[in-house]
Amino acid sequence: MSVAAERSGRLRRAATGNLTLALLTLLLVGLTLGMSQLEPLFRALFPDLSQPLYSRDSFLNLMLAHIGLVLVSSLISVSVGVAAGLFVTRPAGREFEPMVSSLAAIGQTFPPAAVLAIAVPLAGFGFTPTIIALSLYGLLPVIQNTIAGLGTVPASTREAARGNGMSAWQILWRVELPLAMRVIIAGVRVSVIINIGTATIGSTVGAKSLGTPLIAGLVGNNLAYVIQGALLVGLLAIVTDLAFERLERRYTFG
Amino acid sequence: MPREHTPRVIGNRVLLTLWLAAAIGVALLPFATLSPNRLVSGQPVMLWQALPGWQLGALGLIAAGLLLAALARGLASRTACWLGLALTLPLLGLTLFALGDYAQRALAEASPAARVSQGGAFWLLLLAAALIAVDALQRLRLALLARALFALLALGLIGACLASDLLAPLSLMREFANQRDIFVAQGLRHLALVGGALLPALALGLPLGLVATRSRRWRDGLFSVLNVFQTLPSIAVFGLLIAPLAALAHAVPWLGELGVSGIGVAPAIIALVLYSLLPVVRNTYAGLAGVPATTLEAARGMGMTSRQILWRVGLPLALPVILSGLRIVTVQAIGLTVVAALIGAGGFGAFIFQGLGQYAIDLVLLGAIPTIVLAVIADFLLQLLVAASRPPGTR
Repeated sequence: MSVAAERSGRLRRAATGNLTLALLTLLLVGLTLGMSQLEPLFRALFPDLSQPLYSRDSFLNLMLAHIGLVLVSSLISVSVGVAAGLFVTRPAGREFEPMVSSLAAIGQTFPPAAVLAIAVPLAGFGFTPTIIALSLYGLLPVIQNTIAGLGTVPASTREAARGNGMSAWQILWRVELPLAMRVIIAGVRVSVIINIGTATIGSTVGAKSLGTPLIAGLVGNNLAYVIQGALLVGLLAIVTDLAFERLERRYTFG
Repeated sequence: MPREHTPRVIGNRVLLTLWLAAAIGVALLPFATLSPNRLVSGQPVMLWQALPGWQLGALGLIAAGLLLAALARGLASRTACWLGLALTLPLLGLTLFALGDYAQRALAEASPAARVSQGGAFWLLLLAAALIAVDALQRLRLALLARALFALLALGLIGACLASDLLAPLSLMREFANQRDIFVAQGLRHLALVGGALLPALALGLPLGLVATRSRRWRDGLFSVLNVFQTLPSIAVFGLLIAPLAALAHAVPWLGELGVSGIGVAPAIIALVLYSLLPVVRNTYAGLAGVPATTLEAARGMGMTSRQILWRVGLPLALPVILSGLRIVTVQAIGLTVVAALIGAGGFGAFIFQGLGQYAIDLVLLGAIPTIVLAVIADFLLQLLVAASRPPGTR
C-alpha cells in the first residue's frame, strides 16, 4: 500500500470510529433516560414478572453513582500512579523502581473481586471500601505504563534536550511526558475499564452503582432487572473504551 | 553523572523504607483482636500486649538485623542482602507463631464463645517479610529457579503452620474447620471451572490465531469483536447469558438434561471462554508473526512443507509468546470465576458473597485469600513454564 492510501485508510477508519462512538453514546444516554419507556417491552418479554422494570432508583441516579465511583477512584489512581511512576524514574527514586515494578505486576494477578472483598474488613461496607479497592487496583496499570512509557524515551532525545539548555523540569514536561503520553493513557484506559467492571460488583459491598439492579435481579430471580443493569453497564464500558481509543490515537506521533 | 558518586550513608533505602513503614504500622495498628463472641466486633490488642517477653526479644533481634542490613553499604552489600533475605523466614515464622500462641493463651482464660482474629499489624508484618524478600532476591539477581526454591521454602513454612494445630484457635481457622468439606468442594469446583474454560479457549483460540496470521481482513474483524468482550464487565456478560441459555435449554430439552441452564456452570464457562479468547488469539498471532522471515525462508529452502514449517519451526519458536498468553488467561479466569459465584456457579467466590451477605468477615477471607494465593501461584508456575519454553541460547 502506498503511503497516501495507508493514510486515507486510517482517516476513513477514524471517521467510522467517530460515528460509532457518537451513535453508542447517544444510545447510552437514551437508554439511561428512557429505560422506563421500555416497560411494555420488558412486560412482553417477561410476562411472569409482576415488576418488569427496576424502579427503586432512577437509572440516571444509578448511572451517575457508577460514573462517580469510577471517576473518584480513577482520579486517585492516576494522580498517585503517575507520581509514583515519575518518582521511580528520577535519579532520587531509581532504587525503588524494581520493587515498585514487581509490586505492580504481582498486584495485578490479584482478582479485583477478591481485593474488593478484602477492603470490607478494613473499611466496612459502602462507598469507602469500594473507592479504596478501585483506587488501589487501578493504580497498578497506571504505574506500570508510566514507567514503561518514560522508558521508551530514547536517551539520545533526552541528551539533545539537555544540550539545548533545558532544565530537568523542562525536559520532563516538554519532552518526556509528551512522548510517554500515549503509553500512560493506555494504562489509564486499562485501569478505568477494570474499575467500571469492579464498581458493578461494588453493589455487593453496599455501594450504589449500575450493579445494584443487576445483583438485585440475580438475587431476586428477576431477569428483567439483570438485563437493564447489564445493558447499561456494558454500554458504558464500550463507550468509555472507544473514547480512550480516540484519545490514544491523538497522541500517536508520525 | 556526578550524583552517582556522592557517598551514600544508607546502603539500601528500599529496605529502610519498608522497615520504617512496618515499624509505624506495628505501633499504630492492633496485632490481634479479641471479641467475646463472633457477632461483636473485637477489642484491639497491640503487639507488645500480645507477645510475651522472649518473643518480643526475638522480634527485636530480627528487626535489629534488618536495620543493619539496610544501613550496611560498600563491599558488604551482597552480604547485607543475604542477611536481609535470611531474616525474612524467621520474621514470617515468628509472626505466625506469635499469633497462634497469643490466641491459645487468650482463649484459655476467656469464655468458650470468645474469638481471636488477626489484626492489621499481623498482615503488615507478613507483607513486610514478603517485600523484603522480593527486594533482596532482586538485588542478588538470583536465577528464577533459586527464587522458586526460596518461595517454596516460605510456602512450606506457612503450610507447616497451617497443618499443625498452631493457628487452629484463630477465628478464621475455626471457620475453616467448620466448612472444611464445603471448602474442598468449592476449591475443586473453582479449579474445574478454570480448567473447563481454558481447554475450549485453547482449542478455539490457537486455530483462530493461525487464521489471523493468514488474512489481515480476518484479523482486524476478529480482534475488534474479541476486544469488545474483554471490555464488558464480567457480571454483565454472566447476566446477559442467562436469558438466552434458559430459552435454549427450554427449547432443546436434551441440552437442559445435560445441565445447561440460565444460571450455574453453563453461562460461567461460556463467559470465561469468551474472555479467554482474546489473549490466546492475540498471543498466538503475535508469536507466529514474530518468527523471523529468514528462518521460514531457510526452512522452505530445506524442502519442508508448509505443514512441517508450522509444526517444527513456527510453533516451537512461538511457544513462549503463546504460553505468556496462557499465563494471562489463567490468572484472569481464576479472578473471573469469583464473580461467577453470583450466578450460582460455585467456587471460592461463593464464600465471599455469602460472607458479604451475612457480614461474616471470616467467611469473606476464607474465599478471598485462597483465590489470591491460587492466582499468584498459577502466575508464578506459568512464568517458570514460559522461561523453560524459550529455545536454548535465548533464555
